[in-house]
Amino acid sequence: MKAVADAIPPVRSKPGENRVPDSATYDTLLTTPLDALHRSLGAKMVPFAGYSMPVQYPLGVMKEHLHTRTAAGLFDVSHMGQADLVGGDIAVALEALVPGDLQTLQPGRIRYTQLLNDDGGMIDDLMVASPVDGTSNRVHLVVNAGCKDKDYAALQAALGDCAVLEKKDSHALLALQGPLAATVLSRFDVDCVDMPFMSLRPVTVNGVDVVISRCGYTGEDGYEISVSAEGADALAKSLLNQPEVEPIGLGARDSLRLESGLCLYGHDIDDTTSPVEADLLWSVSKRRRAEGGFPGDARILKEINEGPSRVRVGLKPTGRAPAREGAVIETLEGDAVGVVTSGGFGPTVEGPIAMGYVVAVHAKVGTHLHLIVRGKALDAEVVAMPFVQQRYYRGIK
Amino acid sequence: MTDIRYTKEHEWVRQDGDSATVGITDYAQSQLGDIVFVEVPDEGKALAKGAEAAVVESVKAASEVYAPVSGTVMQGNAVLGDAPNTVNSDPSGDGWFFKMTLTDASELDGLMDQAAYDAYLKDCDA
Repeated sequence: MKAVADAIPPVRSKPGENRVPDSATYDTLLTTPLDALHRSLGAKMVPFAGYSMPVQYPLGVMKEHLHTRTAAGLFDVSHMGQADLVGGDIAVALEALVPGDLQTLQPGRIRYTQLLNDDGGMIDDLMVASPVDGTSNRVHLVVNAGCKDKDYAALQAALGDCAVLEKKDSHALLALQGPLAATVLSRFDVDCVDMPFMSLRPVTVNGVDVVISRCGYTGEDGYEISVSAEGADALAKSLLNQPEVEPIGLGARDSLRLESGLCLYGHDIDDTTSPVEADLLWSVSKRRRAEGGFPGDARILKEINEGPSRVRVGLKPTGRAPAREGAVIETLEGDAVGVVTSGGFGPTVEGPIAMGYVVAVHAKVGTHLHLIVRGKALDAEVVAMPFVQQRYYRGIK
Repeated sequence: MTDIRYTKEHEWVRQDGDSATVGITDYAQSQLGDIVFVEVPDEGKALAKGAEAAVVESVKAASEVYAPVSGTVMQGNAVLGDAPNTVNSDPSGDGWFFKMTLTDASELDGLMDQAAYDAYLKDCDA
């Protein structure tokens, strides 16, 4: 028996790009402030984006996934890049690099957007937040682990003397995700239950200052908690001591985000795909669509007006066999019209699910296509995403 | 006592006269985690020793299962189509993958016996 495909695929890098390959020996891997805790919990550690990360704990990927959907899971996402950009009129300056609407971003609010190259492809996708105190010369960023170096280089090259990048490399980032996340966190005397989705708030947990953001990568309600490296271990242990909380690894993180239709950078989106092709147009406001003024705006506005040539879709194989990343998508007549960019088994869906890009005429929901797996054509249907209804906090009903 | 032999790739093969049953070991299923899909070979398929014979997928990964010896497939385990997790719960029993004829029973002599496999597993976990 030999593994031929892994659902925690390596971060893809291209020649010349400054990234740590996943084949890096363990000696060169970075560790997060929770490394000792992961090992004490019996995690299976794997190299990911240059870090030694827990792919699963003894509970296993399936149960970790289901536990996050029914209770609460704690993820170590300290490998993500946390940084502040500081400079006059930073929202205006940063809008020259991303299509997101940052000028209307209210204090304490978070926006999802994409760092674009001149061709309108994505250098990365990221979260941009405006400080709670209304400071207009600072934004908080959270970027993908495997993109940190190139993101920071691109930001510094483009913003030059206008802004200073303050990396928070020593900070840990924990994600507490699931329908009971708010119940758990409020037990620490934290005012978090009524926080709007995509907002942040500085709070104190067990006497330690942290910043909590109501967002995540699972499709569930939950928080990301930015904490100093020194405070991370004690905080994680306190949360894990709650009966609702289990530690969750990268394996379940991947199946949870796939079920929720969320993109994984380097797989579902990359430096060739535009936000329009990736079906991320919801993250581009009316004003930005009208005004442009971001890299690749000519291509992106053209795609908005005329439609993109290819588009990211959800795919539901009709049988039981999963189709993984790289599977060719064909019409029933056998013409290749796309490729699967993420695929696997959805524990909540209880079946195989995938997403990928297809030529736009084949992107309509209900279209029947074939996914080529080990030389066999599997029946599949284009479906709307997410595969599992997102359950973000939208206020008291 | 039935003689079970093991490969370095964590398949087991149990000889029964001039035929044999093949599966993956408890160690293999525990490494894979929750198994969600198994594809067994069709009856009549000729397998060379070391050839790809079956596919096993967990939430995490897809893996190939190789023919431990040469022969022809007599039967794939149909139970695994609807209940692939039988491989997790009973890897050396109901979770068998396929039965095959033996082209050359002496090929089994080249595989590990229980003691050798147990020692090999210690190296795998080291």
